[in-house]
Amino acid sequence: MVNRPISPHLQIYKPQLTSVLSITHRGTGVFLCLGILLLTTWLVCLALGEESYNIFYKHTTSWYGKLFLISFIFSLFYHLTNGIRHLFWDFGLGLDLSTTYKSGYVMLCISILLTLTTLILGDVLTI
Amino acid sequence: MYKYIVNVDNVDSWRCANNMKISKAFHILISSSEPVKHWWAQRLSAAILVPLNLWFIYSITFMSKANYETVTVWLSSKTNSILMLIFILIIYYHAVLGLQVIIEDYVATEWRKKILLFFVKATATIAALSALISTIVIFMEY
Repeated sequence: MVNRPISPHLQIYKPQLTSVLSITHRGTGVFLCLGILLLTTWLVCLALGEESYNIFYKHTTSWYGKLFLISFIFSLFYHLTNGIRHLFWDFGLGLDLSTTYKSGYVMLCISILLTLTTLILGDVLTI
Repeated sequence: MYKYIVNVDNVDSWRCANNMKISKAFHILISSSEPVKHWWAQRLSAAILVPLNLWFIYSITFMSKANYETVTVWLSSKTNSILMLIFILIIYYHAVLGLQVIIEDYVATEWRKKILLFFVKATATIAALSALISTIVIFMEY
């Protein structure tokens, strides 16, 4: 733990594409933490046997389970594509304002498209 | 006086600064580079997670509706269980690094920061261990 300068709080800023995408990156990151806890529960239920797996399965195939899974898949694609955008920035690429805006829109479109493709190909919505 | 030593990259000026021993100056440099280590760890784990996630998303999409038999057969294959073990290790590591930055940014009180960070690390360790053990159990049993 270090005493470095911390970022000013959100309500200071007027929402812009750049700042909204940035905070969504953090938001999806926190949500994905819940997702990996669910992944862990899935693995533990599998290891415990068929009975516990069926209880878990009943919840994940319910409407709230589906809702969570869909949000999880979108968050994952968002965090993944925006993460790649961050890695480009770390190499000093695409840091000027107009490129940042363009890559932001492209990233958002790609993550939505990938989510829809996954939902359709994986046939997630039907039970 | 420490801030002068941390920011210079000239070895001779370290020695000049308040007659401090070189070993102590080196120690400060090492400890001051903690954020740099954190930065690199976060980027490296992210880069490894990019290809791993493609496998992961593909898998969970098709496994989300599969029955017990199908899932255990899928997870007990050598490739999938090894990928799952690596995935769990790196994903929990990356999650802790990310949550640490968020806590440092938004929690102002020092003791609250410490307690929250301890809670995050403890939860991540216990959860990661349960996931790892479960994956190994499934691999051994099926």
